[in-house]
Amino acid sequence: MSIAASARSTLLRASKASSVRALGSLTAVRTKYTLPDLPYDFGALEPHISGQIMETHYTKHHQTYVNGINDAQEKFAAASTPAEQVELTSLIKFHGGGHVNHSLFWENLSPTSKAGGAPPSGKLGDAINDTWGGLDAFKGKMNAALAGIQGSGWGWLVKDNTTNKLSIITLPNQDPVNTVQYTPIIGIDAWEHAYYLQYKNVKADYFKAIWNVINWQAGEKRFSS
Amino acid sequence: MAETYTLPQLPYAYDALEPYISAQIMELHHSKHHAAYIANLNKAISSPTAANTQSLIHFNGGGHINHSIFWKNLTPASSEDAKLSAAPSLAQAIDNEFGSFNEFKGKFSAALLGIQGSGWGWLVVNAGKLEIVTTRDQDTVPAGTTAIFGVDMWEHAYYLQYLNGKAAYVENVWNIINWRYAEGRFTGEAEGEFKELRAML
Repeated sequence: MSIAASARSTLLRASKASSVRALGSLTAVRTKYTLPDLPYDFGALEPHISGQIMETHYTKHHQTYVNGINDAQEKFAAASTPAEQVELTSLIKFHGGGHVNHSLFWENLSPTSKAGGAPPSGKLGDAINDTWGGLDAFKGKMNAALAGIQGSGWGWLVKDNTTNKLSIITLPNQDPVNTVQYTPIIGIDAWEHAYYLQYKNVKADYFKAIWNVINWQAGEKRFSS
Repeated sequence: MAETYTLPQLPYAYDALEPYISAQIMELHHSKHHAAYIANLNKAISSPTAANTQSLIHFNGGGHINHSIFWKNLTPASSEDAKLSAAPSLAQAIDNEFGSFNEFKGKFSAALLGIQGSGWGWLVVNAGKLEIVTTRDQDTVPAGTTAIFGVDMWEHAYYLQYLNGKAAYVENVWNIINWRYAEGRFTGEAEGEFKELRAML
C-alpha cells in the first residue's frame, strides 16, 4: 500500500476506533501516526526544491502535523462530553489533513533523474488532453489556480469519483480533499513554507519549477485506482 | 474615480527591528508583499469586471490595511515607544480586562500560535472592552471593533529568520511593539481610518 493510502486508511481506522471508544462500548488500541519514509533524499529535488526546504518541510512541518493529530486524538479519546469532542474536531481536521496532504505530496514528487517531470502517458495523459487540450494548457490553469489561493492552501488535480472527470480544485489551509467525491491525483503545496526559503515572494517561479519534479507515475496509479 | 493606493513609507529603516525581525524579512515584506497587495488592489478597482473582483478587493484591500497598521505598531526595541509605560491608559485597561499584562501576553501569544494557516492576531476594542481576536488570511478586524495592534502570522512574516519556529517569533515580537502608537489607537486616534477602503471590502 502507498504511504498516502496507508495514511488515509490509518486515519479512517483510528477515527472509527476513537468514536467507538467514545461510546464506551469497546476498548481499542489507538494507532499512532508516524512520519512516512521519504522516497528520495532531501536534496534529490534540487534545483527545483532546495534540500533545506525539503528537510524543514518533512522533519519539522510534517512532523508537527503528525504530533498534532496524535495529540488531538488522545484528547478526543479522553474527552468526557460531546462538547469537548466537538471542540477538538478543528484540530483533528487541521493536523489530520496536514498529515494526509503531505503524505500524498511526497509521493507525487520525484527527482528528475527518476520519474520526475516525465509527462503522463496512458489513460491519465489522455484524460488531461481531453479535458484541457494538452499538458501545458493544464499546467497553465493549475498554476493560475495556485497563484489565486488567498492565504495558505493546496491545489489539486482530482478525478470525480462519479463521472471520472478531471478537474482542478484549491483548498484552504490543511483541508483534505473530500475523497467521497474525488480521488486526488496530484497535489501541490502552496503554503509559503513550501517555497519561501528559495523563491521568497516570487511564488510563480515555484509553481513553474515544480512540474520538473512531479511524479506522474504516482498520479497514474491514483487515477487508475 | 476611486482613490489609487500607494505604499506607505516605513517609519524606520529595514534593519531597525533587528535582531527580532531581520532586515531581509522587513524589506521583502514591505517592498514586495505589501506592494503586491497595493498593486493588486489598484488593479481590481480600476478594472472591476472580473467575476472575483469583490474577493480581490477584500483580500488585497485587507492586506493593505493590515500591513499599514502593522508597520506603525512596531518600533525599534531601543525606542521609548517600545516600553509599556508609553501606553498608560491601555496598560490599565489590559490589567482590568486580563488580570495582568503577563496574563494578557500569554493569552495573546497562545491565540497567535493557534492560527491554522495564514492570518493575524489582534488586540481590539469592542464597545469599550478589550478583546483578542484572530483573523484569517487578510481579513480585517471585525466590523465595529478597532484594532489596537496586530501581529502578522503569515509565514512570510518570520520564515526566513525563524523557519518553523514561530513560537520564538511570537516571543520576540513583544520587544518591538509600539505602545505609544497602540495607546493612540486606544484613545481614539484610529477613528475613521481607511473609511473609503473599508466600505469596499
